[in-house]
Amino acid sequence: MDRRDFLKITGVSLGGLAIPTFYGRAIAAEELLSTIDVGAKKKLADVALNAAKADGASYCDVRIGRYLRQFVVTREDKVQNVVNTESTGIGIRVIAKGSWGFAATSDLSADAVAKAAAQAVAIAKANARLRTEPVQLAPVKGVGEVSWKTPIVKNAMAVPIKDKVDLLLGVNSEAMKAGASFVNSTLFLVNEQKYFASTDGSYIDQDVHRIWAPMQVTAVDQKSGKFRTRSGLSSPRGMGFEYLDAKAGDKVELPGGAIVYRDSYDMKADAIAAAKQAKEKLTAPSVKPGKYDLMLDPSHTWLTIHESVGHPLELDRVLGYEANYAGTSFATLDKLKDKFKYGSDKVTIFADKIQPGSLGAVGYDDEGVKTQKWDLIKDGTLVNYQVIRDQAHILGLKESQGCCYADSWSSVQFQRMANVSLAPGKDKLSPADMIKGIENGIYIVGDGSFSIDQQRYNAQFGGQLFYEIKNGKVTQQIEDVAYQIRTPEFWNSCVAVCDESDYRLGGSFFDGKGQPGQVSAVSHGSSTARFNGVNVINTARSLG
Amino acid sequence: MDVITESGAKAILDKAIGYAKADQCVARLNGTHTGNVRYAANTVSTSGSVRDAELVVEVAFGKRVGTSTVNQFDDASLAAAVRRAEELARLAPENPEFVPAIDKQTYAPSKTLVARSAAVTPEDRSRVAADCIEHCRKQGLVAAGFFTDVHAFSAIANSKGNFGYQESSTIDFTCTVRTADGRGSGYAARNTADVSTFDAKEAVEIAARKAKASVGARALEPGKYTVILEPQALMPIMYFLMNGGFDAREADEGRSFLSKKGGGNRLGEKLFGERVTIHTDPWDAQAPVLPWDEEDAPRRRTSIVTGGRVDALRYSRHWAAAKGRAPSGGIGNVVMAGGDKSTDELVKSTKKGLLITRTHYVNMVDPQTMQLTGLTRDGTFYVENGEIKYPVKNFRFNESVVVALNNIEDLGRPERTVFFFDLAFPMLLPALKVRDFTFTSLSDAV
Repeated sequence: MDRRDFLKITGVSLGGLAIPTFYGRAIAAEELLSTIDVGAKKKLADVALNAAKADGASYCDVRIGRYLRQFVVTREDKVQNVVNTESTGIGIRVIAKGSWGFAATSDLSADAVAKAAAQAVAIAKANARLRTEPVQLAPVKGVGEVSWKTPIVKNAMAVPIKDKVDLLLGVNSEAMKAGASFVNSTLFLVNEQKYFASTDGSYIDQDVHRIWAPMQVTAVDQKSGKFRTRSGLSSPRGMGFEYLDAKAGDKVELPGGAIVYRDSYDMKADAIAAAKQAKEKLTAPSVKPGKYDLMLDPSHTWLTIHESVGHPLELDRVLGYEANYAGTSFATLDKLKDKFKYGSDKVTIFADKIQPGSLGAVGYDDEGVKTQKWDLIKDGTLVNYQVIRDQAHILGLKESQGCCYADSWSSVQFQRMANVSLAPGKDKLSPADMIKGIENGIYIVGDGSFSIDQQRYNAQFGGQLFYEIKNGKVTQQIEDVAYQIRTPEFWNSCVAVCDESDYRLGGSFFDGKGQPGQVSAVSHGSSTARFNGVNVINTARSLG
Repeated sequence: MDVITESGAKAILDKAIGYAKADQCVARLNGTHTGNVRYAANTVSTSGSVRDAELVVEVAFGKRVGTSTVNQFDDASLAAAVRRAEELARLAPENPEFVPAIDKQTYAPSKTLVARSAAVTPEDRSRVAADCIEHCRKQGLVAAGFFTDVHAFSAIANSKGNFGYQESSTIDFTCTVRTADGRGSGYAARNTADVSTFDAKEAVEIAARKAKASVGARALEPGKYTVILEPQALMPIMYFLMNGGFDAREADEGRSFLSKKGGGNRLGEKLFGERVTIHTDPWDAQAPVLPWDEEDAPRRRTSIVTGGRVDALRYSRHWAAAKGRAPSGGIGNVVMAGGDKSTDELVKSTKKGLLITRTHYVNMVDPQTMQLTGLTRDGTFYVENGEIKYPVKNFRFNESVVVALNNIEDLGRPERTVFFFDLAFPMLLPALKVRDFTFTSLSDAV
């Protein structure tokens, strides 16, 4: 996850786009609800496909995208920003002379689109000179004209700005009443209207929705000069505004008293809890470093899965295509052949682009491949990676797994992480049962500080709430906890995973990858899991 | 690589402001023309160019503000954008933190544009990639890298008659070279305003040398070591220190390492070692930036830290008014004073220590103490009696940047560093020799 991007967007200044406080109804709400006529998109796509073929392309795909985003940013009793962005255009990707070429334009006239297609072919031909091997594309059968839509109940773009502002200011007010010194709360809403067409004979119209409601509640003790922040325990989701309906059945009370959420979020209740817990953090005892058994809540584990399993099993990283930036992977192809023990037999980790309500769920990926679910690690053994069409042959696969994504019409699509999730345990086990067997442990809720090396071996994670476990019971909230792992040892130390009734989704709204950088949104599900004998460090320092 | 000219930008801004009926109107027009080439596994993976521009219109009736954006600049689109902003302003409640548009300013231009850097062609980019790939292929090494050239413009205007326009150019290059067996990895990065000072072959040779030299790394025990952080290794660490811009409001609110116990801030206190001196200067010859900040206030040459003492905090126009102080102008660049030694000379004067090429995935652990974690990568070497002895396995560090800047033993010659993120400010940083830098574990990653 690229948290820096998040901070960048929520900052008072958005670079050149500094948008101040306002209040009222949605900006040109009718513009947020409209879509481009499908017939017009098909016509335009055919212009590009025909132009590319005429210029000598052996393959062409076209993405006509309209990307709508809305951000509402508040602190205490003030609205800092309401931002509506809209971006529309066409991206054309071709194979000519065995090489990829890409061009994009915001001009949706037939002439401009034909020119962009020709430019993409010209770039492909130019790149062919430096290419060592021609692109091998796994076949995809054309699906004709189809459509897919995120199954939302309430379109967040249709909810008036006033309701969103009232919600956030209400949340802030509750946090302040509960003793917070400061509170920042934000709504991020995304609607991607994506039309894909290719020379394989597919014309796919998709309407994708996502929502995120992060907050940070800060407690300051001026006397001691200490401050602590507790972030919200929501997760970004592939849902509509119904995620904020706060249904009573979606609340889960954990051993120790923390409340977490399933498929809808009570932001006000979480703000009150956050204020109290942030204050408790100010005086909570500092952890004694050493080996502990960790009990990790899904609101935390998602990030560990993301960094230590999701990224290293992206085939482009394994092959060295990200070597200059985020890095490569320890999970090299020989490990697949040798049936590498990535984790204990309790560890089955699957990838998918279909889980309802997940950030990665779509009908088809950005190269027209129908989405699916597959295992990456089966009963502890490495069994697969995540691939796209031009990588499938490397693994001897006959088809792509559907992991291709571009964050804009103007970005070239490439391999991005699918949802990657820890399968629930097969035996009945609740968090309350799990804790009973832990003598000396720490229970971690929520995600915190994170860092992992360029081959995904050595990682360090913090959290939001840390509870000391002694002899099967939570004793007290503690602070300054971070654990350090070596990926295979960590997953091999997994001794138990709670059952399906505890399965919940976490995720990243802004996962960064590539140069130039692109973001994507991805979910990671798990049930509460136990890891034995993990190295915990104390992160407290004194500046004197 | 062309962008909207000064007269073209002024015409668009004047027209937008002319349409406004509100008490005031601020308009900002920014655009870039960017080219790039990316290569990996000794082949070009992507290349392209993107041209983009956006106008932000911000209007106010009294203290009620509305804003809209548009990327079409014909008369009808401009008029519609202004109308939409005014409609929003009429609906808005009063913003208690509203600050009126700035009065007419005189901005002294800074030399942010080097014409030849704005004239890089697709062939030039392709040559950079080919130079790196060929150099590595010949030696049995594997290159992965990214080269990007940006020609940008920024134009601001308001209904009080203020106007500013300036173009800028930047060249960024990074290259990671690995041995074919994956046992060695090296890195080089270059950032410059002037493409004529950029030499891909020189940079890739350094990365290649480090890749070969890092094969066969030995494991040292984690613990406290004297480290020589090359400027590029220091960059992510300094980014976390400077990213908040030494903000006075955060400090006064008690949620910054610059907050004072009992209330207030630590302006004027000696927080860092004697040899830490940092300033910002839009006209710096090596790292010039726009002469206005995000509030259109003129940037000034400002000492931020002198001899370890905090000289200045960032006062926004709102916070300055609230505290009865003058606004400070936002930080556009960071210039850290150094010495005149090369990294080799810093190595020569080191009895025992580690030379660090690059730091990776640096992240905040505790903002209270500016405790950061991250890892070394792409060239970590053990130094003894002034010589590089052997490569060592990478480490994870957990260290407070405030503590590290109190433990400086020596400084090298400052140079421009490459930053990865879009809202980067250029940083001119020296190599630093720091004692007692805390490593908490080893990494098997190469």
